[in-house]
Amino acid sequence: MADPNKVDPIHQFGLTNIFSLGGEGGFAFTNSALFMVLTVGLIVIFLLGSTAGRRLVPGRAQVVSELLYDFVANMVKGAAGSEGMKFFPFVFSLFMFVLMANMFGMIPFFFTTTSHIIVPAALAILVFVVVIGYGLYRNGFKFFKLFVPAGVPGYVLPIVVPIEVVSFLSRPISLSVRLFANILAGHITLKVFAGFIYSLGSLGVLGFLGASLPLIMTVAITALEFLVAALQAYVFAVLTSMYINDAIHPSH
Amino acid sequence: MDPIAAKYIGAGIAAIGMAGAAIGVGNIFGSFLSGALRNPSAAGSQFGNLIFGFAVTEALGIFSFLIALLLLFAV
Repeated sequence: MADPNKVDPIHQFGLTNIFSLGGEGGFAFTNSALFMVLTVGLIVIFLLGSTAGRRLVPGRAQVVSELLYDFVANMVKGAAGSEGMKFFPFVFSLFMFVLMANMFGMIPFFFTTTSHIIVPAALAILVFVVVIGYGLYRNGFKFFKLFVPAGVPGYVLPIVVPIEVVSFLSRPISLSVRLFANILAGHITLKVFAGFIYSLGSLGVLGFLGASLPLIMTVAITALEFLVAALQAYVFAVLTSMYINDAIHPSH
Repeated sequence: MDPIAAKYIGAGIAAIGMAGAAIGVGNIFGSFLSGALRNPSAAGSQFGNLIFGFAVTEALGIFSFLIALLLLFAV
């Protein structure tokens, strides 16, 4: 934007090239890629470090990683049954990546990788492909029973089957857009309220008093965003395990 | 119409969609409370479902909020 004083809440999502290989149109290492590498690196360092010297009476770091493990394991077992535990490493990786990426984004001046639709979309398409692939591999043609709910009378089927097909096909869209929209809208809201502080504060003494209201609001929204960051990672993982359950038991 | 004016009107119309999510989220917490007061011993076990339902419903309101924000700042 031309005016430097104008509040620009979109600016934080700008991609900048750090270095690129292969010139124009080649592989570009952007700040988004840097933060994805940092996210994965932090997860690996934390999980390996906290479980390196395993003890019967765990230390603080070991308790955290055990809690994370138990949390995701119970979630997968609850949604997809004990057969779904085959996919536990997959769901755990997704959960940890989304959680860490969201939490990383809450640190000021850090880039939020999940705020670009391409990152959640890639994860959601991966889930979609895994569900279809494993469903066909395990059940063969019976996988398509997923679209024909049991106990529905025959004359309703022409309506129900297209609805089921469309709802199945829209899963990767809703899964990715839910995560992306929550993070993007949350971060824009934070910046918009921070902009209110700035513009009210520049009005003088009365403006200073008025600016305390959006300041309180910004603190409250920051707390809400921490909740949303954890919650969306949880929702992403729960929905993934539910979809995997569909691949394992296609006839509902 | 002036395109800038149309942009702001569109953002305002898009924000109306949040009313639906407000009704939905209110319904979820209201139903949870009325259920929890009837059977408080079962309320704790349903907290996960409550939060899950809240997050999924709230996401729909976020969609329209996002459209409004994108109209205001990105278009």
